[in-house]
Formats: sequence, C-alpha cells, structure tokens
Amino acid sequence: MRIFEESELFANSELQVEILQPNERWTSFEDKIREIGLHPFQSTGIEVLQINVGKVCNQACRHCHVNAGPDRKESMSAETFKLCLNVLRINPIPVVDITGGAPELNPNLKWFIHEAHELGKHIILRCNLTSLQDDKFVDLPYFLAELKVEIVGSLPYFSGDETDRQRGEGVFNKSVATLQKLNQIGYGKENTGLLLNLVYNPNGAFLPASQTAMEKRFKLELSKQFGIEFNSLFTITNMPISRFLSFLLRHDIYESYMQKMVSAFNPAAARNVMCRYTLSVGWDGYLYDCDFNQMLELNISQHLPQHVRDFDWQKLNIRDIILNSHCYGCTAGAGSSCGGAVLD
Amino acid sequence: METYYKPEDLMKFGEMEKGDKELWSKFMAYYGAVFAEGKLTAREKALIALAVAHAVQCPYCIDAYSNACLEQGSNEGEMTEAIHVACAIRGGASLVHGVQMRNIIDKVKF
Repeated sequence: MRIFEESELFANSELQVEILQPNERWTSFEDKIREIGLHPFQSTGIEVLQINVGKVCNQACRHCHVNAGPDRKESMSAETFKLCLNVLRINPIPVVDITGGAPELNPNLKWFIHEAHELGKHIILRCNLTSLQDDKFVDLPYFLAELKVEIVGSLPYFSGDETDRQRGEGVFNKSVATLQKLNQIGYGKENTGLLLNLVYNPNGAFLPASQTAMEKRFKLELSKQFGIEFNSLFTITNMPISRFLSFLLRHDIYESYMQKMVSAFNPAAARNVMCRYTLSVGWDGYLYDCDFNQMLELNISQHLPQHVRDFDWQKLNIRDIILNSHCYGCTAGAGSSCGGAVLD
Repeated sequence: METYYKPEDLMKFGEMEKGDKELWSKFMAYYGAVFAEGKLTAREKALIALAVAHAVQCPYCIDAYSNACLEQGSNEGEMTEAIHVACAIRGGASLVHGVQMRNIIDKVKF
C-alpha cells in the first residue's frame, strides 16, 4: 500500500476503495455472499428513499464516514429536492429517510419535509441533536412534531466524556438539552406518536454491544441522570470509510478491525441488510445502493439510471448491489443498519 | 525483540485442541456456558473476567477482555474500577497475611 496523507485519504474515495479491495487475508465479501447462496446480491425492493441532503455539519465527529463538517459546502439544491419529490409522488416508496451532514443546516429542509408529508410519506430525520440548540432552529422541533416526523438522534453514550471524545467538546450537554426539549414537546413519550430514537456507535475500533442490552442501560441512565425518555436505541457499527478508516490506518489496526468484522460475518444479517430495501440519493442527485457506497463514490450498477432525474422503478426496484470489503460492517454480529442492529 | 508473549498467539488458542480434542471441546462448551447471559449479564461477566485477567496477570486475557468489555458497552471508568477491585483483593490478600506475621511476632517476641 502506498504512503498517503490523511487529507488525501479523506478527499480521495478511489484511494479508500483501493484500500478496501479484497486481499488474500480475508474472503472477499462477494465470495462470502456466494458461499451462503445469496449471489448475485440483489435488492428486494425500494421501501426507503434515503436522501443525503449534504455534507455540511456543525460538528466534525471522529468516526464520520461522510467526512462532514462546518467547512463543507455540498448541499442539496431545491431543484434536486424537487426531483426527489417527483420520484416520491409517482412511486410506492413509503419511507423518506433524511440524512447528512446535519440535514437541519440545509435551507430547503422544512419545505421538503412539508411536501413529502403532503404525499403521505413517513419521514425520518437523522439529526445530530446539537444543531437544534442553535437559535435559528428554535421552532424546528415544533414543526417536526406537527408533521409527526420521526427523529433519530446521534448519542454514542450516556456520559459526557465518552460522547465528547467522539463528537467534540460540549456535544453531550447540548444533546441532553435538545433531548429534554424534545421530551417536553412529546417526543419519546408514550402514546404521542412522536418517535424519538437514539443511535449508539462504538467509541473506537470495536463492534457494538447488544442493542437490547445497550438500550436498557441508556434508558436507565438517561432517565436517572437527566429525566430523558426515548423510544428505541439503534446500535450501528463504525464503517472503515473516511475519518474512521484514517483512524484505523493511523493506529495500525485496519487489518485487525477488518478481521474482526469478517470473523463476525452473520448470514442472517446479510439477508436483511438495509441496502436490500433502500435506495440512496446523494446531495447532487446521483444514486447509490447505500450511504456508505455514496461516500466511496461507488455508484449503482452502470447499466442502471444513475441520477434521480432518470429514476425508473422497473429498473431500480430489483437491482444488483455494488459490494466491497466495507460491507462486512453491515453483516457483523447482529448486523448494522441505519435502523440499528438487523437482528437482536 | 523475542518475547514469550506475542499478541498474534492469542489467535492460536484454538490449536490447544490438538493433542486432546475431547478435553478441549468440554472446556470450550463450559467456557461458552459460563460467559452466556445468565443471572449476571454478559457485560457484568466481561468486567469480572477483566478483573480476574489482571489478578492472574495474563496478557492474552487482558487483551481479550479489554475488547470484550468495550464491545459489551462498558466504559473506561467501569473497566478501571474493575481493575481496582482486582488490585484491592491482591493487595488485601498480602496485607491480611500480615496477621500470620503478627501471630509469629506474638509467639516469639518478648
């Protein structure tokens, strides 16, 4: 492997893909899929349109596969949002999953959510929680509550030191303040229909704990310490992409982390990974099998429509999924997806 | 530098099957049962194992159970407290044997 600067790695998805290429030390993911009789690995439909509305974020978390941050400029335009709405209008896709960066920082977000809601879609907003403390977004939680938007907030631990180490100084206290505000509005409370789910990801190069066990601890600790309630905890595996890949290489643990994921390969998780029922849209409208492929610029299969403006249900609904070694991250142990463990 | 303890040797633990497959199988079945979720959670058992690993000063076990504790969702504070428990018991075991010393002093000294 050639020597490179970290900044080069972040900016160069080709280099990341090169690093992730299968090698003689572990079975390629494609071969693994072949071993369990799932080859060619295909989607089973499009139940979720996951839209990454941009890489702009008020945080720069250490594990972020998007390499998002305050210095990024990529942000979905109103035109591209309109193309997404056209797709949602004429196709039976029930769920819109909005991610980023921090989606709240996209100026078109509220308008888009309103329009998607008018189409009767279930909307999920992946929120880093801290941006909602900004005065500019003081009304946003009320707007989201009115439209029954499901909020998925990132909180890697129930204590400040662990959370801030991963996500930046002061993130935990701001996140707690946001969660308390969301609770006051009714989010995370029983019988309100306002879903508030949290996301845990490990604070380093290890696989996540049992989702059920972690959810129990999070509920106990957040309730005891801060009076916070939430619906579910999703445990997510750190992906060897971008900043986290750089961390693995810098600490000389890329190989051992990959081996750990390969050893934990779970065929049942592979059958249920989210790329099988999701289509991912990038900030510029290009299409991918998942948000991770998007960041690696691994577009969907070449013979398929590449951009949301060319969306074709017949061609995209059942399609071959582009694979590489990072896919082991979604199939390790109980599996991992944007909705947490695939099995638990 | 040559050393008896090499991290990669931990991955060779399974080679202990060679020579006596039956005993190995019995041990592994027992081991798996011990660490399964029971009256204690898997997380609590990993913390106990981490403490014991430090008490018996086994570098393989420390490696394995530091990772296991993290993967079970324990934090640094909890893991450090577990090691202090091992430390206190080891230290206390030395100190409580001071009673033997006192017994001898009482017996032989004016």
